[in-house]
Amino acid sequence: MVDPRTSTINERMRGIGRIIAVSSGKGGVGKSLVAATLALTLAKKGYKVGLFDLDFTSPSTHIILGIEGVQPKEEKGIVPPIVHGIKYMSIIYYSGEYATPLRGADVSNALIELLSITRWDKLDFLVIDMPPGIGDATLDLIRLIKNIEFLVVTTPSQLAFETVRKLVSLLKELKIPVMGIVENMKMNKSNVIQEQTRKLGVKFLAESPYDPEVEEAIGNTNKLQNTSFAKKIEEVAPQI
Amino acid sequence: MHEWALAEAVIAAASEIAEKEGLSEIKEVKIKVGELQQIERDILEFALSQLKSTKFKNAKFNLEIAKAELKCRVCEHKWFFGKEKLDESTAEAIHFVPEVAHTYIKCPKCGSPDFEILTGRGVWLESIKGVKQDDG
Repeated sequence: MVDPRTSTINERMRGIGRIIAVSSGKGGVGKSLVAATLALTLAKKGYKVGLFDLDFTSPSTHIILGIEGVQPKEEKGIVPPIVHGIKYMSIIYYSGEYATPLRGADVSNALIELLSITRWDKLDFLVIDMPPGIGDATLDLIRLIKNIEFLVVTTPSQLAFETVRKLVSLLKELKIPVMGIVENMKMNKSNVIQEQTRKLGVKFLAESPYDPEVEEAIGNTNKLQNTSFAKKIEEVAPQI
Repeated sequence: MHEWALAEAVIAAASEIAEKEGLSEIKEVKIKVGELQQIERDILEFALSQLKSTKFKNAKFNLEIAKAELKCRVCEHKWFFGKEKLDESTAEAIHFVPEVAHTYIKCPKCGSPDFEILTGRGVWLESIKGVKQDDG
């Protein structure tokens, strides 16, 4: 018996230039904020951009971007709506604001289902907000999407960086490209993370400050793009 | 799963298998679809008829729906999925992404959303019959 869904995934992804999985070793480092802000930045520069929230049990990019009242269109599959210039896809269209408790096999199934029904058409960039860590979603994307690349987010904390080290080592072992590391929520001038990133053999893309204004800007993309956090994430765009 | 996306997936997967097995013509494709997918048979059959390439010209698509049985992981109660108990938008959400069943369905005995889908989730190509290139 063969699961036919996986046969269409590469066909669905054919029109996409770059697929960037924004990932982290652990939660709470600002990965969704980086993913959403990066998608906004690329869209503002005139690129065709998609944002795919794959953090099924804790989706949050729709809150960051203030997305509500839209639904995908049914047209020989599912066509994501365009919001703030971004083709936006998330499980929230189907789960609403309710809790979606999923075990590993369910995460895999939901991921395969969404990858095989979503019609992105032509995109320059598809930014994926990943669930943290090296669990089912990460392993499935590596297995199913041929040209995936990872952008890894950390904080200055050694606890966060230790989990990043594991994630990056795994990706390197599997020969999956790592575009680089973003150090988020920086509160001092230490360059420890920069040095450790260099030791890992990975590019240090940007450091973004701990910025209390970001919380005030949640749900408001204009405000968000004017924060010092977003200005730093803008520096990532030309490097990718 | 959306019927058109499913039809595309079935044709793509069956073509891959036909290629591997050296089939020049496909006579029959057996598809098993879980009840949770809530596929509309007419739409799927129409989509298949529109998408099939010349290799599938005389192919018959046999569709079997597998009943969805659920089992609570907490109290071990088993029950069958009942679409009729869901409102339209919930049924549609589960149709597109069956895993959101965990958002809306709870164990009827203890109320837990932590249940296992024993049967009736997923889409499978059960078998493909065709003519080998060598058979002329």
